[in-house]
Amino acid sequence: MFFENIIILLFTVVKILIIVLPLMLTVAYFTYAERKVIGYIQVRIGPNRVGPFGLLQPIADAVKLLFKEVLIPNNSNSYLFIVAPILTLAPALSAWAVIPFDKMLLLSDINVGLLYVLAMTSIGVYGIIIAGWASNSKYALLGALRSAAQTISYELGMGFALAGVLIISQTMNLKDIVLAQSGGILNWYFVPLFPLFIVYWICAVAETNRAPFDLAEGESEIVAGFHVDYSGMAFAMFFLAEYANMILLAFLSSIIFLGGWLSPFQNIYMLEDLFSFIPGIIWLLAKTSVFMFLYLWFRATFPRYRYDQLMRLGWKIFIPVTFVWLVVVAIMQQYKIGPWFYGYN
Amino acid sequence: MDTIKHYLKSFLLWELLIGLKLTGKHLFAKKITIQYPEETTPKSYRFRGLHALRRYPNGEERCIACKLCESVCPALAITINMKEREDGSRRTTLYEIDLFKCIYCGFCEESCPVDSIVETSISNYHFENRGENIMTKEKLLAIGDKYESQIAHHKTSDSIYR
Repeated sequence: MFFENIIILLFTVVKILIIVLPLMLTVAYFTYAERKVIGYIQVRIGPNRVGPFGLLQPIADAVKLLFKEVLIPNNSNSYLFIVAPILTLAPALSAWAVIPFDKMLLLSDINVGLLYVLAMTSIGVYGIIIAGWASNSKYALLGALRSAAQTISYELGMGFALAGVLIISQTMNLKDIVLAQSGGILNWYFVPLFPLFIVYWICAVAETNRAPFDLAEGESEIVAGFHVDYSGMAFAMFFLAEYANMILLAFLSSIIFLGGWLSPFQNIYMLEDLFSFIPGIIWLLAKTSVFMFLYLWFRATFPRYRYDQLMRLGWKIFIPVTFVWLVVVAIMQQYKIGPWFYGYN
Repeated sequence: MDTIKHYLKSFLLWELLIGLKLTGKHLFAKKITIQYPEETTPKSYRFRGLHALRRYPNGEERCIACKLCESVCPALAITINMKEREDGSRRTTLYEIDLFKCIYCGFCEESCPVDSIVETSISNYHFENRGENIMTKEKLLAIGDKYESQIAHHKTSDSIYR
């Protein structure tokens, strides 16, 4: 019995590593992609010195961060100062536990997966608040307050957008949400829930404190916000958490609205067989990379919001829009309008 | 009508899409980066870089210690001492330019009646020890000897505009 438990534990650890290690690599190369894409949009060529096409740049950056000293400011609360980056990174990673990569390829198949992801992404904000408070610096505190207010405001819009998904799919299990979308591209939830899809995606950008909603960092006015006083690995952990969250929300958007691992050619004569050799995870990764590219495209395009505009957008526009569409979705669900209510159940 | 149009526009994120289209176009535009050590931008013949003292083709140094450059130098970077040579000609015994003071205005070159002090197009140089910023007469002459052909070429190319 004891040994069985040990084996199950080891097996789980291996499975976690199989998810986390590629994730870390993706984060590293996402920063590379970010610098390249933004460089290209600004008619530059981005990093190209370290290795061919600059491909070793993220590794050089990681090594640099590893060898840097972790400074703890004199008047800071050193205990909280160290805890904060851990508190940010841990939820960002643990949320990955419920992401279904394929029909059978997921770490834990819990029936409230969506709720779990929402909870985990919300916990991340505590790390940011603690970091801002523990640094004992006005810039860090301002950044943390902005971040907290922003995350809470946009969580509402996001939650309502997901409520539409719950109405239509009748389940909180991420795997079942994907399965409910099977049956071709028109059955994916971005069609009946298009306004919610847009609202969800914008909220996802705001949740991760990315441009144009990156007021928590606000380089030009509060230097770097909550992580001004962090250096070395502690800083790297915030960085990892931010990018892990970005990738997570990109995954989530493609799972919830774009049919996850499902092929877009389902139920289309000829094409379905033609593309059936592509495994589901490739479709999922392809859909996710579209969202990941959008993050970078947005950052290169839009100027940062003013704080009152940000709050107005979250409270006065997104919440009413989602309310209205929730009613529409509820009516559609009640009278079974459209093809989306026959896929599952 | 205008208000409806305005609402429609903002709900369709119209302006944002236009912005995305613009940046999307630039993503595929030709990149204008110049990869510096391998590539450089073209330089004018009048580029004012590191200084040099020139010689005549027979090896005699041009400078006659008239001190016009010293007096015209707005940054007081040039120091000249002069003494009569054995053959009775006027020559410098000390000709120093402090590169930390120099503002590379090119007045010394313009004021020189014998085209002796010139500013070459050398723009990459550095100092590793204190005192290396003082360009002595020997150093300046050495640069002049090394780059004479280039300097002469730049001078003749630019002479039609003078």
